[in-house]
Amino acid sequence: MNMNLSINSKTKERTERKKLKILDYAVLVSLFLFAAVQLFPLIWMVLFSLKDNSEIFYTNVIGLPKVWRWENYTSAIVNGGILKNFFNSVLYTAVTVTVSGLLSAMTAYAITRMQWKLKGVVYSLFIMGIMIPIHAALLPLYIVINKLKLSGYSALLIPYIAFAIPMSILILSGFYKSIPKDIEEAALIDGCSIYGTFFKIIFPIVRPAIATVSIFTFIGTWNELMFANTFVNNSQFRTLTVGIMSFAGQYSTEWGVIGAGMVIATLPTVIIYMFLSEQVQESLVAGAVKG
Amino acid sequence: MYNKKSVGVFVIPTLLIYVFIVLLPIVVTAYFGLFKWNGMGSMKFIGLSNFKETLLTDKTFQLSVLNSLKLAAASLFIQLPLALLIALTLAKGIRFEKFFRTIYFVPVVISSMVIGQLFLKLLNADNGLFNIFLRSIGLEKLAVAWLGDPKTAFWATVIPSVWQYVGYHMLIMYAGIKSLPTELYEAAKIDGATNFQAAIKITIPLLAPVLKVCVTFALIGSLKAFDYTYIMTGGGPFHSSEVPSTVMYANLFRKGAYGYGSAQAIIIVIECLIVSLIVQRIFKRYEEAASAV
Repeated sequence: MNMNLSINSKTKERTERKKLKILDYAVLVSLFLFAAVQLFPLIWMVLFSLKDNSEIFYTNVIGLPKVWRWENYTSAIVNGGILKNFFNSVLYTAVTVTVSGLLSAMTAYAITRMQWKLKGVVYSLFIMGIMIPIHAALLPLYIVINKLKLSGYSALLIPYIAFAIPMSILILSGFYKSIPKDIEEAALIDGCSIYGTFFKIIFPIVRPAIATVSIFTFIGTWNELMFANTFVNNSQFRTLTVGIMSFAGQYSTEWGVIGAGMVIATLPTVIIYMFLSEQVQESLVAGAVKG
Repeated sequence: MYNKKSVGVFVIPTLLIYVFIVLLPIVVTAYFGLFKWNGMGSMKFIGLSNFKETLLTDKTFQLSVLNSLKLAAASLFIQLPLALLIALTLAKGIRFEKFFRTIYFVPVVISSMVIGQLFLKLLNADNGLFNIFLRSIGLEKLAVAWLGDPKTAFWATVIPSVWQYVGYHMLIMYAGIKSLPTELYEAAKIDGATNFQAAIKITIPLLAPVLKVCVTFALIGSLKAFDYTYIMTGGGPFHSSEVPSTVMYANLFRKGAYGYGSAQAIIIVIECLIVSLIVQRIFKRYEEAASAV
């Protein structure tokens, strides 16, 4: 089944629709109500991040803040270590996206474009990984990490990279199959090595697929909780997800500060999403449909 | 040209990291499941006892499985139909189509940690917005401690998981509908079919492959769910809101029951595999019908 998301093509103005009937209005109103349901908790979060408890609980539970308490943000940044967690998460995610993307791009290339004996077996081996929940590897990885005294970033980075591989290979393999072979054959005849061909010719062509895979990996890594909560002991290397949990415990009586911390944690992703919404939506559909 | 060496360069690093970090640990977990072991002392081989105990006598695990099935049912009967309804509406072409699509998807890109904390606050017994609202409209009695009461705690954790992914399923279905051939609709229109009839008779059957993906994702996601229970209730009060993953996690890292917890991890994996096979089976017939068109 061809799953082209025709997000770009604007739906044609339906001229044949003569009149907006009452039913159509009802549909529109329901859609707006549902949009409100989807956005409300987030708007509420932004609002209460700028209030103090008395406003949040009693005097002004839902309106705009009477006094805009930016000091909540100062507290969250200065005392909560949220920024450190934030940069950790940026690092974990950036390295995971880059390394798993590169590894998967190379391997998917070898699987789809080179002839070798075990390629079918290796491909199925990778694809198996898609259905396996991370729970299954949790304890052995934890034991190994403790035994090797792996601390620092690698304790999380290596598992994150490994678990991003199966889905990335699946999506990329599908994409490679759609590229005509002539391009690389021409390059090879010109005396370009296979590595040169891959990095100079193939890699630029598959860039859109790499973007898709990157977004997919980004969302998974950025939000991961179980590994992050188990493999990292030292608070210096904590991710944002775990950081927010301990932050919320620490400031359990000051909702405004928690709200500020959560806004700081959420805003970058939402902004990136708003800029790349079509690409983001497309990539998650690709991940789902090919999975 | 490429040769054996270049194939090796392209494949072996990826394969090694994948085999050692993903595949091998699963085998090891299954192996641990056969032992009584607290992680420190010696390992005592007990065969399948951990598996038997988990499935037959562990009341907490049984309750957690029941809860995960309730969560699966909520996804299947609330989340997916809602997503389908919206996808059908948007794909038909409506004003603000792109706006709605973008907004509905926003919760998907937000960390479940943030969403969990937000719903903790929304449902807070004393100061939560939900109870403040109930009190303000005179329903004082209904304003209970949602997360503190064994009767409601589990359902309170279901709300964010259903809420977060409606937009995701909607988008997959929307993309599926958009890729269907339009001629069929035109033919149906000429025959005098209403939008509703066209949706029931044409779109939904043709959408079978996409619906299969959504159903699989929703069910497996429910069976292995962890985040919201861990964040919002920790499985309490009195284990009332446990899901299999939180029981497993507590066994492994709170009680140090490495053998027992490993057996539970394997049971979760098997559960997911069985469910995805069942979904494959059920949809096979419909998919064949769909691809015949």
